[in-house]
Amino acid sequence: MNSPIYVMWLRQIKRYWRSKSRIIGSLAQPLLFLIALGFGFGPIFQKAGGGDYIEFLAPGIIAMAILFTAMFNGIEVIWDKEFGFLKETLIAPVLRYKIIFGRTLGGATVAMIQGAIVFALSMFIGFKPISIMMALISFVFMFLIAMLFTALGIAIASKLEDMQGFQLIMNFIVMPLFFLSGALFPIDSLPTALKIVIKLNPLSYGVDGIRGALTGISHLGLFLDFIVLAITAFVITIIGSYLFSKVEI
Amino acid sequence: MSESTKKIIDVKNLVKKFDGFTAVDNISFSVNEGEIFAFLGPNGAGKTTTIKMLTTLLHPTSGEIKINGFSPVHEKDKVRHSFGIVFQDPSLDEELTAYENMEFHAILYNVKENLKEERIQNLLKLVELWDRKDEQVKHFSGGMKRRLEIARGLIHHPKILFLDEPSLGLDPQTRNFLWKYIKELNKKEKMTVFFTTHYLEEAEKIADNIAIIDYGKIKIIGSISKIKKQTNSKSLEEAFLKLTGHSIREESASAKDRMRLRKRMHGGRK
Repeated sequence: MNSPIYVMWLRQIKRYWRSKSRIIGSLAQPLLFLIALGFGFGPIFQKAGGGDYIEFLAPGIIAMAILFTAMFNGIEVIWDKEFGFLKETLIAPVLRYKIIFGRTLGGATVAMIQGAIVFALSMFIGFKPISIMMALISFVFMFLIAMLFTALGIAIASKLEDMQGFQLIMNFIVMPLFFLSGALFPIDSLPTALKIVIKLNPLSYGVDGIRGALTGISHLGLFLDFIVLAITAFVITIIGSYLFSKVEI
Repeated sequence: MSESTKKIIDVKNLVKKFDGFTAVDNISFSVNEGEIFAFLGPNGAGKTTTIKMLTTLLHPTSGEIKINGFSPVHEKDKVRHSFGIVFQDPSLDEELTAYENMEFHAILYNVKENLKEERIQNLLKLVELWDRKDEQVKHFSGGMKRRLEIARGLIHHPKILFLDEPSLGLDPQTRNFLWKYIKELNKKEKMTVFFTTHYLEEAEKIADNIAIIDYGKIKIIGSISKIKKQTNSKSLEEAFLKLTGHSIREESASAKDRMRLRKRMHGGRK
Protein backbone atom coordinates (compact mmCIF):
# COMPACT_ATOMS: atom_id res chain seq x y z
CA MET A 1 0.00 0.00 0.00
CA ASN A 2 1.65 3.13 -1.15
CA SER A 3 -1.01 5.72 -1.71
CA PRO A 4 -1.26 9.15 -0.11
CA ILE A 5 -4.72 8.32 1.24
CA TYR A 6 -3.31 5.29 2.99
CA VAL A 7 -0.35 7.08 4.59
CA MET A 8 -2.56 9.91 5.79
CA TRP A 9 -4.85 7.31 7.33
CA LEU A 10 -1.95 5.41 8.84
CA ARG A 11 -0.52 8.56 10.35
CA GLN A 12 -3.72 9.16 12.31
CA ILE A 13 -3.75 5.60 13.57
CA LYS A 14 -0.13 5.77 14.66
CA ARG A 15 -0.62 9.08 16.41
CA TYR A 16 -3.63 7.67 18.21
CA TRP A 17 -1.89 4.50 19.26
CA ARG A 18 1.12 6.39 20.58
CA SER A 19 -0.77 8.78 22.80
CA LYS A 20 -1.93 6.32 25.44
CA SER A 21 -2.70 9.08 27.90
CA ARG A 22 -5.11 10.61 25.43
CA ILE A 23 -6.84 7.30 24.81
CA ILE A 24 -7.43 6.88 28.51
CA GLY A 25 -8.33 10.53 28.99
CA SER A 26 -10.93 10.47 26.28
CA LEU A 27 -12.47 7.26 27.64
CA ALA A 28 -12.77 8.61 31.16
CA GLN A 29 -15.43 11.15 30.29
CA PRO A 30 -17.92 8.84 28.54
CA LEU A 31 -17.38 6.26 31.23
CA LEU A 32 -18.11 8.80 33.93
CA PHE A 33 -21.28 9.85 32.14
CA LEU A 34 -22.32 6.26 31.74
CA ILE A 35 -21.80 5.36 35.38
CA ALA A 36 -22.92 8.59 37.06
CA LEU A 37 -25.96 9.22 34.89
CA GLY A 38 -26.73 5.58 34.30
CA PHE A 39 -26.90 4.64 37.93
CA GLY A 40 -27.93 8.10 39.10
CA PHE A 41 -31.02 8.47 36.94
CA GLY A 42 -31.66 4.76 36.54
CA PRO A 43 -34.24 4.39 39.35
CA ILE A 44 -36.19 7.52 38.30
CA PHE A 45 -36.20 6.47 34.67
CA GLN A 46 -37.51 3.07 35.66
CA LYS A 47 -40.20 4.56 37.89
CA ALA A 48 -41.32 6.83 35.07
CA GLY A 49 -41.83 3.75 32.96
CA GLY A 50 -38.82 4.26 30.69
CA GLY A 51 -37.34 0.86 31.39
CA ASP A 52 -33.65 0.17 31.94
CA TYR A 53 -31.78 3.49 31.71
CA ILE A 54 -28.39 1.90 31.01
CA GLU A 55 -29.95 0.25 27.95
CA PHE A 56 -31.21 3.63 26.85
CA LEU A 57 -28.12 5.61 27.74
CA ALA A 58 -25.28 3.38 26.50
CA PRO A 59 -25.87 4.00 22.76
CA GLY A 60 -25.98 7.75 23.47
CA ILE A 61 -22.67 7.60 25.29
CA ILE A 62 -21.10 5.55 22.48
CA ALA A 63 -22.20 8.31 20.11
CA MET A 64 -20.77 10.89 22.50
CA ALA A 65 -17.36 9.20 22.57
CA ILE A 66 -17.35 9.17 18.77
CA LEU A 67 -18.51 12.78 18.50
CA PHE A 68 -15.83 14.09 20.85
CA THR A 69 -12.99 12.06 19.38
CA ALA A 70 -13.99 12.81 15.80
CA MET A 71 -14.36 16.54 16.32
CA PHE A 72 -11.12 16.70 18.22
CA ASN A 73 -9.33 14.73 15.55
CA GLY A 74 -10.58 17.05 12.83
CA ILE A 75 -9.67 20.13 14.77
CA GLU A 76 -6.19 18.74 15.21
CA VAL A 77 -5.55 20.21 11.76
CA ILE A 78 -4.98 23.48 13.61
CA TRP A 79 -2.25 21.75 15.54
CA ASP A 80 -0.65 20.70 12.31
CA LYS A 81 -0.88 24.29 11.19
CA GLU A 82 0.68 25.54 14.38
CA PHE A 83 3.46 22.99 14.54
CA GLY A 84 4.22 23.12 10.88
CA PHE A 85 3.40 19.64 9.66
CA LEU A 86 0.52 20.91 7.56
CA LYS A 87 3.01 22.64 5.25
CA GLU A 88 4.69 19.33 4.52
CA THR A 89 1.39 17.95 3.26
CA LEU A 90 0.36 21.14 1.48
CA ILE A 91 3.47 21.34 -0.70
CA ALA A 92 3.40 17.66 -1.59
CA PRO A 93 2.59 16.90 -5.22
CA VAL A 94 -0.66 15.21 -4.25
CA LEU A 95 -4.20 16.36 -4.83
CA ARG A 96 -5.41 17.95 -1.64
CA TYR A 97 -8.65 16.01 -1.61
CA LYS A 98 -6.62 12.81 -1.29
CA ILE A 99 -4.73 14.24 1.66
CA ILE A 100 -7.88 15.30 3.37
CA PHE A 101 -9.83 12.17 2.55
CA GLY A 102 -7.08 10.03 4.05
CA ARG A 103 -7.00 12.23 7.10
CA THR A 104 -10.77 12.14 7.51
CA LEU A 105 -10.79 8.37 7.20
CA GLY A 106 -8.00 8.11 9.75
CA GLY A 107 -9.77 10.42 12.20
CA ALA A 108 -13.02 8.53 11.71
CA THR A 109 -11.31 5.18 12.29
CA VAL A 110 -9.85 6.44 15.54
CA ALA A 111 -13.24 7.74 16.64
CA MET A 112 -14.81 4.39 15.75
CA ILE A 113 -12.26 2.57 17.87
CA GLN A 114 -13.08 4.84 20.81
CA GLY A 115 -16.77 4.17 20.25
CA ALA A 116 -16.15 0.43 20.14
CA ILE A 117 -14.18 0.57 23.38
CA VAL A 118 -17.00 2.45 25.11
CA PHE A 119 -19.41 -0.12 23.69
CA ALA A 120 -17.31 -2.93 25.20
CA LEU A 121 -16.99 -1.15 28.53
CA SER A 122 -20.71 -0.50 28.71
CA MET A 123 -21.34 -4.23 28.49
CA PHE A 124 -19.39 -4.61 31.72
CA ILE A 125 -21.81 -2.37 33.55
CA GLY A 126 -24.88 -4.13 32.33
CA PHE A 127 -25.59 -3.04 28.76
CA LYS A 128 -26.90 -5.90 26.62
CA PRO A 129 -27.29 -5.48 22.85
CA ILE A 130 -30.16 -7.50 21.40
CA SER A 131 -28.19 -9.39 18.77
CA ILE A 132 -24.72 -9.67 17.34
CA MET A 133 -26.00 -9.18 13.82
CA MET A 134 -27.62 -5.89 14.76
CA ALA A 135 -24.52 -4.86 16.70
CA LEU A 136 -22.66 -5.05 13.39
CA ILE A 137 -25.23 -2.73 11.86
CA SER A 138 -24.65 -0.26 14.68
CA PHE A 139 -21.08 0.04 13.42
CA VAL A 140 -22.39 1.45 10.17
CA PHE A 141 -23.98 4.28 12.11
CA MET A 142 -20.88 4.72 14.21
CA PHE A 143 -18.81 5.03 11.07
CA LEU A 144 -21.14 7.58 9.53
CA ILE A 145 -21.10 9.90 12.53
CA ALA A 146 -17.36 9.40 12.87
CA MET A 147 -16.85 10.55 9.25
CA LEU A 148 -19.36 13.35 9.59
CA PHE A 149 -17.83 14.94 12.67
CA THR A 150 -14.20 14.43 11.68
CA ALA A 151 -15.00 16.25 8.44
CA LEU A 152 -16.84 18.95 10.38
CA GLY A 153 -13.83 19.37 12.66
CA ILE A 154 -11.57 19.72 9.64
CA ALA A 155 -13.91 22.20 8.00
CA ILE A 156 -13.90 24.35 11.14
CA ALA A 157 -10.14 24.00 11.64
CA SER A 158 -9.50 25.10 8.06
CA LYS A 159 -11.09 28.41 8.95
CA LEU A 160 -9.47 28.91 12.35
CA GLU A 161 -6.15 30.59 13.02
CA ASP A 162 -5.14 28.99 16.29
CA MET A 163 -6.28 26.83 19.18
CA GLN A 164 -7.84 29.76 20.99
CA GLY A 165 -11.08 29.13 19.18
CA PHE A 166 -11.13 25.58 20.42
CA GLN A 167 -12.94 26.26 23.68
CA LEU A 168 -15.54 28.21 21.76
CA ILE A 169 -16.17 25.24 19.50
CA MET A 170 -16.48 22.88 22.43
CA ASN A 171 -19.01 25.12 24.15
CA PHE A 172 -21.02 26.28 21.18
CA ILE A 173 -20.91 23.32 18.82
CA VAL A 174 -19.87 20.06 20.45
CA MET A 175 -21.78 20.39 23.72
CA PRO A 176 -25.08 21.50 22.13
CA LEU A 177 -24.73 18.76 19.51
CA PHE A 178 -24.41 16.23 22.27
CA PHE A 179 -27.04 17.49 24.72
CA LEU A 180 -29.60 18.13 22.00
CA SER A 181 -29.31 14.75 20.33
CA GLY A 182 -31.53 12.58 22.46
CA ALA A 183 -28.45 10.83 23.79
CA LEU A 184 -29.50 11.35 27.39
CA PHE A 185 -33.29 11.46 27.30
CA PRO A 186 -36.15 10.25 25.10
CA ILE A 187 -37.39 12.85 22.65
CA ASP A 188 -41.08 11.85 22.32
CA SER A 189 -42.54 13.98 25.06
CA LEU A 190 -40.36 17.07 24.66
CA PRO A 191 -41.74 20.56 23.82
CA THR A 192 -42.13 21.02 20.07
CA ALA A 193 -39.42 23.67 19.76
CA LEU A 194 -36.84 21.41 21.35
CA LYS A 195 -38.02 18.51 19.24
CA ILE A 196 -37.41 20.54 16.07
CA VAL A 197 -33.91 21.45 17.20
CA ILE A 198 -33.16 17.82 17.92
CA LYS A 199 -34.48 16.75 14.55
CA LEU A 200 -32.20 19.29 12.86
CA ASN A 201 -29.19 17.88 14.66
CA PRO A 202 -27.52 15.17 12.57
CA LEU A 203 -26.15 13.51 15.69
CA SER A 204 -29.72 12.68 16.74
CA TYR A 205 -29.94 10.31 13.78
CA GLY A 206 -26.65 8.72 14.76
CA VAL A 207 -27.79 8.22 18.33
CA ASP A 208 -31.12 6.86 17.15
CA GLY A 209 -29.46 4.58 14.62
CA ILE A 210 -27.02 3.12 17.12
CA ARG A 211 -29.78 2.78 19.71
CA GLY A 212 -32.14 1.18 17.22
CA ALA A 213 -29.52 -1.32 16.11
CA LEU A 214 -28.37 -2.19 19.62
CA THR A 215 -31.62 -2.15 21.59
CA GLY A 216 -34.30 -2.49 18.95
CA ILE A 217 -35.94 0.79 19.92
CA SER A 218 -35.72 3.54 17.32
CA HIS A 219 -37.83 6.70 17.26
CA LEU A 220 -36.91 7.98 13.85
CA GLY A 221 -36.52 4.70 11.99
CA LEU A 222 -33.20 3.12 10.98
CA PHE A 223 -33.74 3.79 7.31
CA LEU A 224 -34.30 7.51 7.81
CA ASP A 225 -31.32 7.59 10.18
CA PHE A 226 -29.13 6.03 7.54
CA ILE A 227 -30.26 8.30 4.72
CA VAL A 228 -29.90 11.50 6.74
CA LEU A 229 -26.48 10.54 8.06
CA ALA A 230 -25.13 9.32 4.74
CA ILE A 231 -26.17 12.50 2.98
CA THR A 232 -24.94 14.82 5.74
CA ALA A 233 -21.63 12.97 6.06
CA PHE A 234 -21.14 13.18 2.32
CA VAL A 235 -21.95 16.88 2.11
CA ILE A 236 -19.81 17.83 5.11
CA THR A 237 -16.89 15.79 3.78
CA ILE A 238 -17.12 17.71 0.51
CA ILE A 239 -17.29 21.03 2.37
CA GLY A 240 -14.39 20.05 4.62
CA SER A 241 -12.28 19.04 1.62
CA TYR A 242 -13.13 22.24 -0.18
CA LEU A 243 -12.26 24.49 2.77
CA PHE A 244 -9.09 22.53 3.39
CA SER A 245 -8.03 22.83 -0.24
CA LYS A 246 -8.24 26.61 0.11
CA VAL A 247 -5.95 26.77 3.13
CA GLU A 248 -3.00 29.08 2.61
CA ILE A 249 -0.20 29.49 5.09
CA MET B 1 28.55 31.72 -17.73
CA SER B 2 27.77 29.76 -20.85
CA GLU B 3 24.87 30.45 -23.15
CA SER B 4 23.28 27.14 -22.32
CA THR B 5 22.90 27.90 -18.62
CA LYS B 6 19.31 27.37 -17.70
CA LYS B 7 17.36 29.79 -15.60
CA ILE B 8 15.88 27.40 -13.10
CA ILE B 9 14.09 30.12 -11.16
CA ASP B 10 12.76 32.99 -13.21
CA VAL B 11 10.65 35.70 -11.62
CA LYS B 12 9.15 38.66 -13.44
CA ASN B 13 7.27 41.57 -11.89
CA LEU B 14 6.10 39.53 -8.94
CA VAL B 15 3.65 41.26 -6.60
CA LYS B 16 1.89 40.05 -3.47
CA LYS B 17 -0.60 42.23 -1.62
CA PHE B 18 -2.35 41.41 1.63
CA ASP B 19 -5.40 43.62 2.23
CA GLY B 20 -3.79 46.70 0.73
CA PHE B 21 -0.38 46.03 2.25
CA THR B 22 2.22 45.23 -0.40
CA ALA B 23 4.55 42.54 0.92
CA VAL B 24 6.32 41.90 -2.35
CA ASP B 25 6.49 44.87 -4.67
CA ASN B 26 7.17 44.10 -8.31
CA ILE B 27 10.37 42.09 -8.06
CA SER B 28 12.20 40.39 -10.91
CA PHE B 29 15.20 38.12 -10.68
CA SER B 30 16.50 34.82 -11.90
CA VAL B 31 18.68 32.03 -10.59
CA ASN B 32 20.72 29.78 -12.83
CA GLU B 33 20.80 26.05 -12.54
CA GLY B 34 23.48 24.87 -10.12
CA GLU B 35 23.81 28.22 -8.41
CA ILE B 36 23.75 28.94 -4.70
CA PHE B 37 21.61 32.00 -4.27
CA ALA B 38 21.12 33.96 -1.06
CA PHE B 39 18.04 36.03 -0.54
CA LEU B 40 18.72 38.56 2.19
CA GLY B 41 16.78 41.28 3.90
CA PRO B 42 15.67 42.61 7.28
CA ASN B 43 12.69 41.13 9.10
CA GLY B 44 9.46 41.59 7.21
CA ALA B 45 11.22 42.48 3.97
CA GLY B 46 9.23 39.93 2.00
CA LYS B 47 11.63 36.98 1.91
CA THR B 48 9.35 34.32 3.26
CA THR B 49 6.38 35.61 1.26
CA THR B 50 8.48 35.29 -1.89
CA ILE B 51 9.55 31.75 -1.01
CA LYS B 52 5.94 30.81 -0.35
CA MET B 53 4.96 32.03 -3.80
CA LEU B 54 7.86 30.23 -5.46
CA THR B 55 6.87 27.01 -3.72
CA THR B 56 3.13 27.10 -4.56
CA LEU B 57 2.02 27.88 -1.01
CA LEU B 58 0.78 31.37 -1.80
CA HIS B 59 -1.00 32.76 -4.83
CA PRO B 60 0.79 35.78 -6.28
CA THR B 61 -1.31 38.92 -6.78
CA SER B 62 0.37 39.44 -10.14
CA GLY B 63 3.56 38.66 -12.02
CA GLU B 64 5.14 35.58 -13.47
CA ILE B 65 7.14 32.77 -11.93
CA LYS B 66 8.83 29.83 -13.59
CA ILE B 67 10.34 27.09 -11.46
CA ASN B 68 12.26 24.54 -13.48
CA GLY B 69 10.23 25.79 -16.42
CA PHE B 70 6.84 25.34 -14.72
CA SER B 71 4.38 27.79 -13.26
CA PRO B 72 3.64 27.46 -9.53
CA VAL B 73 0.14 28.74 -10.22
CA HIS B 74 -0.86 26.50 -13.12
CA GLU B 75 1.47 23.52 -12.84
CA LYS B 76 1.61 23.04 -9.09
CA ASP B 77 2.43 19.34 -9.10
CA LYS B 78 5.30 19.67 -11.55
CA VAL B 79 6.72 22.53 -9.52
CA ARG B 80 6.28 20.55 -6.32
CA HIS B 81 8.24 17.63 -7.73
CA SER B 82 11.04 20.03 -8.67
CA PHE B 83 11.96 21.38 -5.27
CA GLY B 84 12.65 20.36 -1.73
CA ILE B 85 12.23 22.80 1.10
CA VAL B 86 13.34 23.32 4.65
CA PHE B 87 10.97 25.75 6.27
CA GLN B 88 11.77 28.45 8.73
CA ASP B 89 10.01 26.51 11.45
CA PRO B 90 9.91 22.74 11.77
CA SER B 91 7.37 20.82 9.72
CA LEU B 92 7.94 17.33 11.02
CA ASP B 93 5.37 15.13 12.68
CA GLU B 94 6.83 14.86 16.14
CA GLU B 95 4.79 11.80 17.06
CA LEU B 96 6.29 9.84 14.20
CA THR B 97 9.81 8.45 14.12
CA ALA B 98 12.57 9.84 11.93
CA TYR B 99 12.18 6.93 9.55
CA GLU B 100 8.42 7.31 9.39
CA ASN B 101 8.71 10.99 8.57
CA MET B 102 11.04 10.10 5.71
CA GLU B 103 8.83 7.29 4.48
CA PHE B 104 5.76 9.48 4.63
CA HIS B 105 7.46 12.05 2.43
CA ALA B 106 8.69 9.39 0.00
CA ILE B 107 5.16 8.10 -0.47
CA LEU B 108 3.66 11.56 -0.93
CA TYR B 109 6.28 12.26 -3.58
CA ASN B 110 5.68 8.93 -5.22
CA VAL B 111 9.24 7.65 -4.87
CA LYS B 112 9.35 4.10 -6.23
CA GLU B 113 9.16 1.33 -3.67
CA ASN B 114 12.52 -0.20 -4.66
CA LEU B 115 14.33 3.14 -4.37
CA LYS B 116 12.60 4.29 -1.24
CA GLU B 117 14.42 2.30 1.39
CA GLU B 118 17.83 2.78 -0.11
CA ARG B 119 17.43 6.53 -0.40
CA ILE B 120 16.08 6.93 3.10
CA GLN B 121 18.94 4.89 4.48
CA ASN B 122 21.58 6.84 2.56
CA LEU B 123 20.16 10.19 3.53
CA LEU B 124 19.69 9.34 7.18
CA LYS B 125 23.26 8.08 7.30
CA LEU B 126 24.47 11.25 5.64
CA VAL B 127 22.86 13.48 8.24
CA GLU B 128 24.03 11.07 10.93
CA LEU B 129 20.61 10.08 12.15
CA TRP B 130 20.51 6.49 10.96
CA ASP B 131 21.11 4.99 14.40
CA ARG B 132 18.20 7.02 15.76
CA LYS B 133 15.80 6.34 12.93
CA ASP B 134 13.25 4.61 15.13
CA GLU B 135 13.07 7.35 17.70
CA GLN B 136 10.13 9.72 17.78
CA VAL B 137 11.07 13.14 16.49
CA LYS B 138 9.81 14.84 19.63
CA HIS B 139 12.88 13.57 21.45
CA PHE B 140 15.22 15.23 18.94
CA SER B 141 17.19 18.44 19.48
CA GLY B 142 16.69 21.47 17.21
CA GLY B 143 19.78 20.62 15.21
CA MET B 144 18.74 17.02 14.70
CA LYS B 145 15.32 18.10 13.51
CA ARG B 146 16.86 20.47 11.02
CA ARG B 147 19.13 17.74 9.72
CA LEU B 148 16.20 15.41 9.39
CA GLU B 149 14.23 18.03 7.49
CA ILE B 150 17.06 18.52 5.06
CA ALA B 151 17.33 14.79 4.52
CA ARG B 152 13.58 14.61 4.01
CA GLY B 153 13.61 17.46 1.51
CA LEU B 154 16.09 15.52 -0.61
CA ILE B 155 14.37 12.13 -0.86
CA HIS B 156 12.69 12.91 -4.15
CA HIS B 157 15.91 14.25 -5.70
CA PRO B 158 14.76 17.84 -6.17
CA LYS B 159 16.44 20.14 -8.66
CA ILE B 160 16.14 23.07 -6.29
CA LEU B 161 16.50 23.16 -2.53
CA PHE B 162 14.84 26.05 -0.71
CA LEU B 163 16.12 26.83 2.75
CA ASP B 164 14.35 29.50 4.75
CA GLU B 165 16.74 30.58 7.50
CA PRO B 166 18.15 27.09 7.90
CA SER B 167 20.77 28.04 10.48
CA LEU B 168 18.61 30.01 12.91
CA GLY B 169 19.09 28.66 16.43
CA LEU B 170 21.75 26.13 15.47
CA ASP B 171 25.17 25.88 17.07
CA PRO B 172 28.26 26.52 14.90
CA GLN B 173 29.05 22.81 14.65
CA THR B 174 25.67 21.92 13.23
CA ARG B 175 25.72 24.95 10.98
CA ASN B 176 29.08 23.99 9.55
CA PHE B 177 28.02 20.44 8.99
CA LEU B 178 24.85 21.55 7.30
CA TRP B 179 26.51 23.92 4.87
CA LYS B 180 29.32 21.55 4.07
CA TYR B 181 26.77 18.95 3.14
CA ILE B 182 24.66 21.33 1.09
CA LYS B 183 27.70 22.62 -0.81
CA GLU B 184 28.68 19.06 -1.62
CA LEU B 185 25.25 18.29 -2.96
CA ASN B 186 25.28 21.47 -4.97
CA LYS B 187 28.56 20.46 -6.60
CA LYS B 188 27.84 16.78 -7.07
CA GLU B 189 24.22 16.89 -8.13
CA LYS B 190 24.18 20.36 -9.62
CA MET B 191 21.36 21.09 -7.26
CA THR B 192 20.35 24.73 -7.13
CA VAL B 193 20.17 26.17 -3.63
CA PHE B 194 18.02 29.15 -2.72
CA PHE B 195 18.30 30.29 0.86
CA THR B 196 17.56 33.13 3.22
CA THR B 197 19.58 33.97 6.28
CA HIS B 198 20.32 36.70 8.76
CA TYR B 199 23.92 35.55 9.11
CA LEU B 200 25.58 37.70 6.50
CA GLU B 201 29.00 36.14 6.84
CA GLU B 202 27.32 32.83 6.04
CA ALA B 203 25.85 34.24 2.84
CA GLU B 204 29.20 35.78 1.97
CA LYS B 205 30.97 32.48 2.40
CA ILE B 206 28.52 30.26 0.61
CA ALA B 207 26.46 32.08 -1.99
CA ASP B 208 27.44 32.62 -5.61
CA ASN B 209 24.92 35.40 -6.00
CA ILE B 210 22.93 37.48 -3.60
CA ALA B 211 19.82 39.60 -3.70
CA ILE B 212 19.02 42.07 -0.95
CA ILE B 213 15.36 42.83 -0.55
CA ASP B 214 13.71 45.47 1.61
CA TYR B 215 10.14 46.71 1.85
CA GLY B 216 9.24 44.19 -0.82
CA LYS B 217 11.68 45.55 -3.39
CA ILE B 218 15.03 44.19 -4.54
CA LYS B 219 17.66 46.75 -3.62
CA ILE B 220 20.58 45.07 -5.31
CA ILE B 221 21.39 41.78 -6.95
CA GLY B 222 24.60 40.17 -8.14
CA SER B 223 27.81 38.56 -7.01
CA ILE B 224 29.31 39.54 -3.67
CA SER B 225 32.18 41.44 -5.24
CA LYS B 226 29.78 43.34 -7.43
CA ILE B 227 27.59 44.26 -4.47
CA LYS B 228 30.58 45.41 -2.43
CA LYS B 229 31.89 47.45 -5.33
CA GLN B 230 28.57 49.07 -6.13
CA THR B 231 27.96 50.06 -2.55
CA ASN B 232 31.59 50.89 -1.90
CA SER B 233 31.66 48.58 1.12
CA LYS B 234 34.33 46.37 2.64
CA SER B 235 31.99 43.64 3.77
CA LEU B 236 28.57 42.31 2.86
CA GLU B 237 27.31 43.47 6.23
CA GLU B 238 28.37 47.02 5.51
CA ALA B 239 26.68 46.88 2.13
CA PHE B 240 23.56 45.42 3.71
CA LEU B 241 23.31 48.17 6.30
CA LYS B 242 23.99 50.86 3.72
CA LEU B 243 21.16 49.56 1.58
CA THR B 244 18.60 48.81 4.26
CA GLY B 245 19.40 51.43 6.92
CA HIS B 246 20.00 51.03 10.62
CA SER B 247 16.50 51.20 12.01
CA ILE B 248 15.24 48.05 13.66
CA ARG B 249 12.26 46.42 11.96
CA GLU B 250 9.29 45.18 13.77
CA GLU B 251 7.98 42.23 11.88
CA SER B 252 4.22 42.32 11.88
CA ALA B 253 4.08 38.81 13.17
CA SER B 254 1.00 37.23 14.58
CA ALA B 255 1.08 35.87 18.09
CA LYS B 256 1.48 32.44 16.57
CA ASP B 257 4.63 33.35 14.67
CA ARG B 258 6.16 34.86 17.75
CA MET B 259 5.31 31.77 19.72
CA ARG B 260 6.90 29.57 17.10
CA LEU B 261 10.01 31.68 17.03
CA ARG B 262 10.32 31.57 20.78
CA LYS B 263 9.85 27.85 20.72
CA ARG B 264 12.68 27.56 18.24
CA MET B 265 15.06 29.93 19.94
CA HIS B 266 14.65 28.52 23.41
CA GLY B 267 13.15 25.11 23.06
CA GLY B 268 15.51 23.92 20.36
CA ARG B 269 17.36 21.51 22.56
CA LYS B 270 16.19 19.15 25.20
